[in-house]
Amino acid sequence: MKERLTAIYHTIGLPRLIIAGFLLLLLIIASGTELSVAGLLSDALVRIGQNGIYVLAMVPSIQAGVGLNFGLPVGVICGIVGALVAMEFNLIGFTGLLTALLLAIPLAVGAGFLYALLLNRVAGQEMMVGTYVGFSVVAGMCIFWLLAPFRNPAMIWPVGGVGLRTTLTLADTFGGTLNDFLQFEIFGLTVPTGLLLFYALIVTLVWLFFKTKAGVALEVVGRNPRFAAASGLSLTKYRTLGIIMSTVLAAIGYVTYAQSFGFVQLYNGPLMTAFPAVAGVLIGGASTREAKVSHAILGVILFQTLLTVAMPVTNQLIEGNISEIARVIVSNGMILYALTRATGGEQA
Amino acid sequence: MSVPVLEMRGISKAFFGTQVLKDVNLTVERGQIHCLVGENGAGKSTLMNILFGMPVITNTGGYEGDLFINGEKKSFDSPRAAIEAGIGMVHQEFMLLPGFTVTENIKLNRELTKANPFSAIFGEKLETLNRAQMAKDARTALDRLGMTIDEWAPVAGLPVGYLQFVEIAREIDKENLQLLVLDEPTAVLTESEAEQFLEVIKRLAQSGISILFITHRLDEVMAVADRITILKDGELVSTGPKEEYTISQIAELMVGRKVDTASRRTRTRQPSDEVVLQIRGLRVNMPGETLRGIDLDVRKGEILGLGGLAGHGKVGLANGIMGLYPSQGQVLYEGRELPLNNTQAALKAGLAFVSEDRRGVGLVLEDTIANNIVLTSMQSQDRFLKPGFLKLKDEKKILEHAREFIDKFDIRCTGPDQIVRRLSGGNQQKVCLARAFTQQPKLLFVSEPTRGIDVGAKSRVLELIVELNEMGVTVVFTSSELAELRSIADRIAIVYEGRLAGFLPPDAPDVAFGLLMAGKSLEEVAAR
Repeated sequence: MKERLTAIYHTIGLPRLIIAGFLLLLLIIASGTELSVAGLLSDALVRIGQNGIYVLAMVPSIQAGVGLNFGLPVGVICGIVGALVAMEFNLIGFTGLLTALLLAIPLAVGAGFLYALLLNRVAGQEMMVGTYVGFSVVAGMCIFWLLAPFRNPAMIWPVGGVGLRTTLTLADTFGGTLNDFLQFEIFGLTVPTGLLLFYALIVTLVWLFFKTKAGVALEVVGRNPRFAAASGLSLTKYRTLGIIMSTVLAAIGYVTYAQSFGFVQLYNGPLMTAFPAVAGVLIGGASTREAKVSHAILGVILFQTLLTVAMPVTNQLIEGNISEIARVIVSNGMILYALTRATGGEQA
Repeated sequence: MSVPVLEMRGISKAFFGTQVLKDVNLTVERGQIHCLVGENGAGKSTLMNILFGMPVITNTGGYEGDLFINGEKKSFDSPRAAIEAGIGMVHQEFMLLPGFTVTENIKLNRELTKANPFSAIFGEKLETLNRAQMAKDARTALDRLGMTIDEWAPVAGLPVGYLQFVEIAREIDKENLQLLVLDEPTAVLTESEAEQFLEVIKRLAQSGISILFITHRLDEVMAVADRITILKDGELVSTGPKEEYTISQIAELMVGRKVDTASRRTRTRQPSDEVVLQIRGLRVNMPGETLRGIDLDVRKGEILGLGGLAGHGKVGLANGIMGLYPSQGQVLYEGRELPLNNTQAALKAGLAFVSEDRRGVGLVLEDTIANNIVLTSMQSQDRFLKPGFLKLKDEKKILEHAREFIDKFDIRCTGPDQIVRRLSGGNQQKVCLARAFTQQPKLLFVSEPTRGIDVGAKSRVLELIVELNEMGVTVVFTSSELAELRSIADRIAIVYEGRLAGFLPPDAPDVAFGLLMAGKSLEEVAAR
């Protein structure tokens, strides 16, 4: 029994146990206030489904040896373009959602390929370069949003009629399509079934990929490039594959996120998307060199629950908006912590 | 009789239980050129590290024995202390700053300075450089070496041969220099540069500086040495004035080992005369192990031993053919041309490789034993996959296969899921061999398979190579340990300076191996 407990302890790791304990403490405190614990958990479920695919997008890039994909906005932009086109044609519900996805995915493949061309030239500096690629792409797209040939009056600025607005609502098109699908309530807890099912589907696909020959090859390239070369594997090919997968997941992640959030935020909206995702996978136990699908799942659950629960609870206890500051400290602190240690996985 | 500049008495050193030096004595008189010769791993570098108080010695528990400088007992705990006692060293790799001038390099960290108002306030770190005096000193040092180069020339762009002289100039510029250690200084020099170099050494010795000269080139030893000391396996095998030796004797003493002929394995099969791998003019650009055009035929079913000293390119052969380092030339495998620089093609043709760099190239350290064993076969031969379009890996089959090899090879582990990093060197090597076996190769390159592993695992690894060979696999076995090559190889090819020096049967006399490794031709060997 004791051995089994130690084994479980080692797989989960101390940092995650502390966070889970802290979460539990927060929930106990919350039950003492006028906050509804079920309501808090409902919010958490939505945010887990909403952010889960972003966090998952970190896994292929880390496993391919490229490190954390700080250039997540590259894929996010593709997702935005997909969503915008679906809105332009007033496609409602699943039609809109699928159109957005079907457009976003090929765009992300192309963008991911170009992004990979760049990253393969700066081997060893991928995370730094990726961060700035992400920032630059977001800035560059600001011009595009102004010039893009969208004509739907619900999307463009009402006065002058040129350029897209900063925030577009999805309420009339496919906002909430997944969240509301098969949604049910139990003990006051609202379960966004469709959203969670879709997340589970994507997780399964990625998990399955790492069981295939190509997935194994990708991991070998990431773990020991010289061994991979000696086994006749092309480093460039599998690094490119990892980056494309990460970018495509970011695009899918965006469409999922937007339908749940209910809005498309343009211009500087996608600027910081990478950071909570990076923090999420690291909290889940990944390092810059080793990440499993399970890390992404555990990470998004812990991180997003912490945010949704901690914010209202601290607001109840302390006057003022301390919780937003706490969120920034936790997420950036986590990134800093992970970047300063090279080991990970089982040592984490 | 005068007091010797350096006397080392009864020096012993063990690294983690492995004895690398056993009771070595060494005496260098004033103005003497003392040559230290021995194979790689004979303990020369360790001895020099002790002399220099290198951290690698102090951090591993120090050494036994006594060290005397000018009859005074010393023990250096840092290179700095050794330098202060008048010992200078020129390393194999150049330790010069390319962006600095010759003078600046010679005077690095020993700059001559003048006081100025700032230094009066802030201390001597801010004193002005006395460039004129520095240049004068540098010039004197260069002149002593017979060097005509400008003392203000930047070091970057100087020919390699000159760099060596700049290093020596730096050492002799130190006023208290009494003993200069030269670690294989001629390895990078051309023949004429080397000749000039030897002249300089003689001149230095005449001026009263003692020289401890480490080299593999026996000709040089005979040309300059006053006294010779030969190390082998950490023991002093012979020492005496040069006149007492001939090149053949030195070669024999260097490599000679009591090869236990009984330990040679009896072979059931006979290699055929059919050539399976024909190598013509192969050049491999592998840093530190460059091959400069080698012609070699490998016969079907044999174990071909590949020997030679480190840095002469024997390791480059397998790395080049397997496409790990850029190579040129022609390689015919089973009569068909094998494309070079194409690892995939080499693997598909039925070649397998156990790398000399076990931890860097041979294994995925963070992965499990099972995965390490099957990875290459899975990727290059589509094995261990479930049928179907997805090509999912067949975990069950992988584990079964791994268990079979763990049993067969006696890999000491907690199970096929154990991470390879946690295994000992010997067991890691067995995993590498298991991976090669799994590929079911027709021709196997094995490089330095016994490096850094314990004696028990060593003999098991050699046995496994022979077993594979008995199954009909041709083996090209590269090793720095001659005794090992002689115990299992059918023929032994010696590589010298990137080219084939010649073939020898495993029962050839020690002296023949020694001479071939030292750059003599087969004819010269036969003549002796």
